[in-house]
Amino acid sequence: MGQTLLQKVWDRHAVRTLPTGQTQLFIGLHLIHEVTSPQAFDMIRMRGDRVAFPDRTFATVDHIVPTLNQRRPFLDVLAEEMMCALEKNCREFGIPLYDIDNPGQGIVHVIGPELGLTQPGMTIACGDSHTSTHGAFGAIAFGIGTSQVRDVLASQCLAMEPLKVRRITVNGSLRPGVFAKDVILDIIRRLGVKGGTGYAYEYGGDAFDRMTMEERMTVCNMSIEGAARVGYVNPDETTFKYVEGRAFAPKGADFAKARSWWKSLASDSNATYDDVVLMDAGAIEPTVTWGINPGQSVGITEKLPSPGDVGASDKASVAEALEFMSFRGGMPIAGTKIDVAFIGSCTNGRISDLREAARLAKGRRVASNVKALVVPGSQSVRKLAEQEGLDKIFMEAGFEWRGAGCSMCLAMNPDQLQGRQICASSSNRNFKGRQGSPTGRTLLMSPAMVAAAAIAGEVVDVRKMLDREEVHA
Amino acid sequence: MTDSRFVDKISGRAVPLRGNDIDTDRIIPARFLKSVSFEGLETHAFEDDRKQLEERGQVHPFSNPSYAGARILVVNGNFGCGSSREHAPQALQRWGIRAVVGESFSEIFFGNSVALGMPCLTVAAADAEALLAAAEGDPQAEVRVSVSAQTVAVNGKTYQASVPAGAREAFTAGTWDATGLLLDDFEQVKKVAASLPYVSGF
Ligand code: SF4
Repeated sequence: MGQTLLQKVWDRHAVRTLPTGQTQLFIGLHLIHEVTSPQAFDMIRMRGDRVAFPDRTFATVDHIVPTLNQRRPFLDVLAEEMMCALEKNCREFGIPLYDIDNPGQGIVHVIGPELGLTQPGMTIACGDSHTSTHGAFGAIAFGIGTSQVRDVLASQCLAMEPLKVRRITVNGSLRPGVFAKDVILDIIRRLGVKGGTGYAYEYGGDAFDRMTMEERMTVCNMSIEGAARVGYVNPDETTFKYVEGRAFAPKGADFAKARSWWKSLASDSNATYDDVVLMDAGAIEPTVTWGINPGQSVGITEKLPSPGDVGASDKASVAEALEFMSFRGGMPIAGTKIDVAFIGSCTNGRISDLREAARLAKGRRVASNVKALVVPGSQSVRKLAEQEGLDKIFMEAGFEWRGAGCSMCLAMNPDQLQGRQICASSSNRNFKGRQGSPTGRTLLMSPAMVAAAAIAGEVVDVRKMLDREEVHA
Repeated sequence: MTDSRFVDKISGRAVPLRGNDIDTDRIIPARFLKSVSFEGLETHAFEDDRKQLEERGQVHPFSNPSYAGARILVVNGNFGCGSSREHAPQALQRWGIRAVVGESFSEIFFGNSVALGMPCLTVAAADAEALLAAAEGDPQAEVRVSVSAQTVAVNGKTYQASVPAGAREAFTAGTWDATGLLLDDFEQVKKVAASLPYVSGF
């Protein structure tokens, strides 16, 4: 009987079965950042432990960095304190750090792939739930808490419960104006925000076969929003081409060997799955969230649900979300006025995302009452965008062009919503208070849809702004 | 080492918190993560939710003096979803919570709570409702949780609960702080590392 990639990678990394029945799993790549690591280093010091594999550990700074003035010391003393703690910990334990002065710096889930640290067949852990992003390469990658960061620092291992695998096959072509972001929003909407509990999601089908690595990363990134701790795509030629030549990728003859090992790890054609879901890419519309979790979304031409339209278990959450958002059931999402537009984050802060948004922004103007930010996911993305002249297109259209970081995805830096502002955002979470104002409101959508909303001043169907030929192609 | 390593029977008053999909951003908003330690997090647990209810003349259970000193938190479904921040269970534990009972938990929240020695017990939806109602009806009611027996009892009634075998063993054997366990056989860890082509060379 065939095996899934999850089973193969899991077995290769299993150290032993613990007395608890859990698997002790070796972690091939440990990524750390300033927010969830300082307490872990303190625990290590208290125990008198060392970092077991400092050369399999990499650090960057992303969550707290300001995007306007990045000079040290940071103006925010608490941010500066966290930055100093990370520098000190990395120095003391011999861990490479991509700090703010390093051209490799950026959001942890953007730079891992960029630097070639992320490779197929690895187990990857990071104190951040969107670690699932790295699954786009056929790695088993998951988010962990700070005590587990301590475990990985001390032992390079985690105690893990086994995962089931749900195969999500998406066949057919995405229609123009529909992006990877819409695919994952649609998956979460259908399977629910708790649907993935206990599962790894394996994404496949010809829609995924045709996707670029950046698109696959967008989908895998939000697996956790559907409660799947792990999401992955089997490695293929697209994967190998992306990895080849990157700083930490295997070189020369090693690459050829690596390639055949990676290939051997893909799920067998006769693998068995714990669950199978089939979807049609052509049926997916540009999708927008209207509520307070990423599963509360509608297609751009649809209307919001009322508590009366949903099952008993969802009534209370629909009512709560409508109330928080000051929306009414039955109203269309299109036409909702926005105050802020945010393009960035580990979901949609890569070069292809900025290109899509710039295509919309070119020759147009941001609505006068909208504050629009573009925050590249990494310094490399920023540099590449500037080489392509995207920064000028954005600035001429009235977008602000910022330094790399997480920024308004979670608003731990000065980029925050004020009061009841509504933000069209390319990020991944629309939880209450997520973007810095406890009463602020977030509408999640693709970067192209955010750019379109910034220009129109309200949520619009991006397809109406794309060239006619493209839409009718 | 004291017996606090062994986590099994926990009793005390319960604080009821209704709602599905309560995410960790709500348990502890991101602005309170701007610190190099977990100290003082308890004062900010549910801060934004508490304020918003207060403005409308309502009282959040964590602001309600009747529930001060509660040791057991009762919730609905998918509690602790979203961000992996351990700050969330840290804030609850530092507030005084020793066990959480609910219909379901996000995996990362569950795992983080195990690492802190704070068990999360899953009960049927109707039983979560009954336990919420019991705590709302009488904030003084004593709730008794048993990890090994997988039960939650209040007002003379015992409800069936469940804790996955691995976590149950970790609590009752006192091995929920996994670091020691993971370092027990470091030779084997090194062997597995050496067997991986991306570690030892392709
Ligand atoms: S961009 Fe947002 S989701 Fe991604 S790592 Fe940063 S804060 Fe987390």
